[in-house]
Amino acid sequence: MITSFILRALEGRIVIAASILMAVAILVPALNLLVPAGSPLHVPTYIMSLTGKYLCYALLALALDLVWGYCGILSLGHGAFFALGGYAMGMYLMRQIGPRGVYGDPVLPDFMVFLNWKELPWFWHGMDMFWFAMLMVLFVPGLLAFVFGWFAFRSRVNGVYLSIITQAMTYALLLAFFRNDMGFGGNNGLTDFKDILGYSVQADGTRAVLFALSAAMLALCLVLASAIVRSKYGKVLVGVRDAESRTRFLGYRVENVKLFAFVVSAMMAGIAGALFVPQVGIINPGEFAPANSIEVVIWTAVGGRGTLIGPIVGAILVNFGKSFFTGAFPELWLFALGGLFIATTLFLPKGIVGTVQQALASRRERAAATAKDTSATPPPGADAATPANPQAAE
Amino acid sequence: MIQRLFQVIWLMLVLATPAFAQGGADPKPLIDQLGSANFKQAEDILGQIAATGDTRVVPALEAFAEGDLYLRKADNAVFIARSASGGFDLVDPLTGESAGTAAKAEMTKIKVNNTLRRAIRSALGGLTLLSPDRDVRLAAAESVLKSPSADNLALVETALAKETDPAVKIRMEEARAVSVLISDRSVEDKRQAVATIKNFGGREAISILSGAAANADPALADDINSAIASIQSEQELWDVAQNVWYGLSLGSVLLLAAIGLAITFGVMGIINMAHGEMVMLGAYTTFVVQEVIRTSFPGLFDWSLMIALPLAFLVTGAVGLVIERGVIRFLYGRPLETLLATWGISLILQQAIRTLFGPTNQEVGNPSWMSGSFPLGGMTITYNRMWIIAFSLSVFVALLVLLKRTPFGLQMRAVTQNRKMAASMGIRTPWVDAFTFALGSGIAGIAGVALSQIDNVSPNLGQAYIIDSFMVVVFGGVGNLWGTFVGALTLGVLNKFLEPWVGAVLGKILVLVLIILFIQKRPRGLFALKGRAVEA
Repeated sequence: MITSFILRALEGRIVIAASILMAVAILVPALNLLVPAGSPLHVPTYIMSLTGKYLCYALLALALDLVWGYCGILSLGHGAFFALGGYAMGMYLMRQIGPRGVYGDPVLPDFMVFLNWKELPWFWHGMDMFWFAMLMVLFVPGLLAFVFGWFAFRSRVNGVYLSIITQAMTYALLLAFFRNDMGFGGNNGLTDFKDILGYSVQADGTRAVLFALSAAMLALCLVLASAIVRSKYGKVLVGVRDAESRTRFLGYRVENVKLFAFVVSAMMAGIAGALFVPQVGIINPGEFAPANSIEVVIWTAVGGRGTLIGPIVGAILVNFGKSFFTGAFPELWLFALGGLFIATTLFLPKGIVGTVQQALASRRERAAATAKDTSATPPPGADAATPANPQAAE
Repeated sequence: MIQRLFQVIWLMLVLATPAFAQGGADPKPLIDQLGSANFKQAEDILGQIAATGDTRVVPALEAFAEGDLYLRKADNAVFIARSASGGFDLVDPLTGESAGTAAKAEMTKIKVNNTLRRAIRSALGGLTLLSPDRDVRLAAAESVLKSPSADNLALVETALAKETDPAVKIRMEEARAVSVLISDRSVEDKRQAVATIKNFGGREAISILSGAAANADPALADDINSAIASIQSEQELWDVAQNVWYGLSLGSVLLLAAIGLAITFGVMGIINMAHGEMVMLGAYTTFVVQEVIRTSFPGLFDWSLMIALPLAFLVTGAVGLVIERGVIRFLYGRPLETLLATWGISLILQQAIRTLFGPTNQEVGNPSWMSGSFPLGGMTITYNRMWIIAFSLSVFVALLVLLKRTPFGLQMRAVTQNRKMAASMGIRTPWVDAFTFALGSGIAGIAGVALSQIDNVSPNLGQAYIIDSFMVVVFGGVGNLWGTFVGALTLGVLNKFLEPWVGAVLGKILVLVLIILFIQKRPRGLFALKGRAVEA
C-alpha cells in the first residue's frame, strides 16, 4: 500500500524534477570539492552556499504550496514554522559550541552568561543531542501548526481571516523572540556556530554535505507532496479548496483534512529552516517578520501555485533576481519585487509553471482533436455528448 | 473651628512680634560673625540669619554660596567682593552700596563647603518666600516643599499670612505643613499638618508622610498611616484614570489608523495591505507642507496641520483612486490576490518615498497649540494626545454621517449589499467602488497627518500600523464602523492595562494571542453583520 502510495507520486514531471534535484545534489558538491579552483567547471563555495540557501527557500515555498495551492489556505505565517525549525537547529548548534564560547562556560551559551543566567532553561535541555534536536525540528512547528489549525479550522475561520490571524501569529512570535527573557538570544538570535556532528560548519566539506542534503531533502519532500496530492486524500484536499461546503456535506471532516495538510506543511517548513541555519550561520527573530512570510507567498505565486514544481522554480528565480538586484541596483529591488507582486496577480495568476502547463495541455488537446477529426468524422451531436478530452479519444 | 481660631491668633502673634519670635532683628552683626566662624558655627549663624526674615540678606547669601564673600582683615568687616583690576571692588553685603576697593592681600575669602551651600539654599528658600515677585515666591514655596527645614517654619508662616495669591498660598500651606511635621511643634499641630498634606495628595505626599512616620510620635503614627492609606487609594484611582486615558489615547490612534481600513476592508472587502503606506503618505504630505511653510510663510506654522489635512486627503485619495482603477478593479472577488497585489503596491510606495525623501526620519514639528500639557487632578494630560482623541472622534462621526446621511453613503451601502440590484437601479457601481476606495485612502491620509505629530515620519511608518489596524477591524467586526470604534478603544485600553503588569512587548503579544483566540470564538468579530452570509 505504501509502495503504491509512493509509486503514484512518480508521475513524469515529478520524476524529472526530483532527478534534476538529485543530480544537482551530487554534481554541485562534486564540482566544488573535486574540480580545482582554476578550472571553469569549478563551483565556488559562496555560489554553492547561496544556492543551498535558495533550495531551503524552495522547500519552504513547496510547503506553502501544499496548503495554499491544494487546500486554499493562504498562510501568511509560514515563515514562523521555518524560523522555529531554524531555532531548533540553532539551539543544537549553540550547545555544540560548548566551552569554546567567548565566556568559556561549558554548558551555557554566551548570551545566557551575558544575561547572568545561572542554569539552562528547561527547553534547552536535550538540545545537545542531534537526534533530539532533529525531532524538535519536526515536532515544534508541527505542534504549533496543530494547535493553531485545530482551533482555527474547527471554528471555521477561513479565507482572508485565516490569513490575517496567521500573520498575527508570526508577528506575535516576532515580538516574543525579540525579548531577551524568552531565552533565545533576543535581538541577536543564535549565531557563532562552531560545528555540527563534530564537523566544522565553516569547512568546505560540511558545506557541500549540507548542500547535498538540502537538494536531496527538497527532492524527497517533492515526491512526498506529490504522493499526498495524488492520493485519495489529495483529491479531498482539492475538493475542500474548490467547494468547502460541498465537501463537508458529502460527509468529509473538512477540518481534519485541512489540519493534516497544515501540519505536514509546517513540518516541511521546519526542515527547511533547520537546513537553512547551518548554511547561513545565524538565526534571529527577523525571520519571523510578516514581510518574509508574504515574500514566500510571492515565490509560490510566481512559480505557479497548485503545481508543486512551480514554487521551487519561483523561489529560486525570485531569489536569484533578488541577489542580482540588491547587488547591482539596490534601490530598484523593492520596485521590482512590488511590480512582480502586481504583475503576477494581474497577468500571471497561474504562475510560470501553471501557464506553461496550461499551454502544453491545450496544445495537446488541439492535437488530439485534429487527430480525431482526420481519423473519423463523427456526427456533430456526438462531440457535445462526450466532452473532448484525450482519455475519451483513446 | 476652635483650632483654626487658635491658629489664626497664634499666627497674628507671630506676625505682631517678629523680633520676639525670631531672635535678632538686625542681620548685619550676624553676617560679620560669618567672617571668623568655622563651618559648624557658620551653619548656626546661617540659621539665625534666615530667622531674621530680612530679605536684604539675599545678595549676601548668594555671594556666600558663590564664594564671593570676603573678610577685611583690618576691621573684620564682611563684604561682597568682585575681582577688579589689581584688587577687589567691595560692596556692602546688606545695602548693596559700593564700599570702595581693596587690594587682594587685604581680604580673606570666607570658605564655603557643600553642607554650608545646602544650608544657604534652604535659608534662601525661606527668605525668597517674602519676595514681591509672585513667581519667585512660588518657586521658593516649591523649594521649601522639596527640602523642608524646621528653621524655616516661622518664616513660612510669616509669608503665608502675607500671601494674597491663591495658587501661591496653597503651595505655602503645603510647605508649612511639611515644615511643621519635622519641627518640634505639638502633636495637635502636626496632626493638622498631616491633614493638610493628605488633602494635597499625590506621590510626593506619600513620600513625605512615610518619611515623617519613621521618627514620629506614636500618637501621630496612626494619623500618618491612615493618611498614607487614603492618599494611596486615591492615587490608585488616579492611576486607573491615567491608564484609561493612555488607553483611550492609544485607542484613538488605532481608530484613526483603522477607520480607513474599515471602509476598504470592512465595506468593500478589499484587503488593502498598502493602507499603512497611505497613512505614511499623509504624514509626508504634512512634512512637505511644513517645509514650504518654513521656507516661505513662517507665520503660518501654527496653521500647518489645518493646511495639511485637506491636502493629505486629496493626495492619498488620488493615489487610492489610481490604485483602484489601475489594479484592484481587476481583482474583485479574489481577495487573496488583492492582498498580494496591494502588498506589492505598498513596497513600491515605500521605496518611492525612500528614493524621494531618503530613508531617515523626517522632522515634523508640533504647532504651539499641540505641545505642552496641563494637570487634571492626579494626572497629566498632554495637548497632542487630547487633540488626537478629539480629532479621531470627529473623523469617526463625520464618516458615520457620510455613510448614513448622504446620497453617496446610500449608494455605497447599496453596492455593498447587493451589487447587481444597485447596478440595475442605475447606480454606477464601478465609480462607487473607485470613490469608496479613494475615501478610505483619504481617511488614511488624514490619519497620517495626526500620526505625524506623535510618531517618527519615516518610510516605514505605515508598516507599524498595518497589522494593528487589521486586528482592530477583524476584532470589531467587518462591515461595521461601530465595531471598529469599540474594537480600537477596547484594544487600546486593554494594551495599556496589560502594560504595567507584564511589560509593553509581552502585553502586545498577549493582546495578539487574545485576538487570535477571540476570532476562534466569533469568527466574524465583535459586531458581526446579521443575515445569511453567502459563502464565497
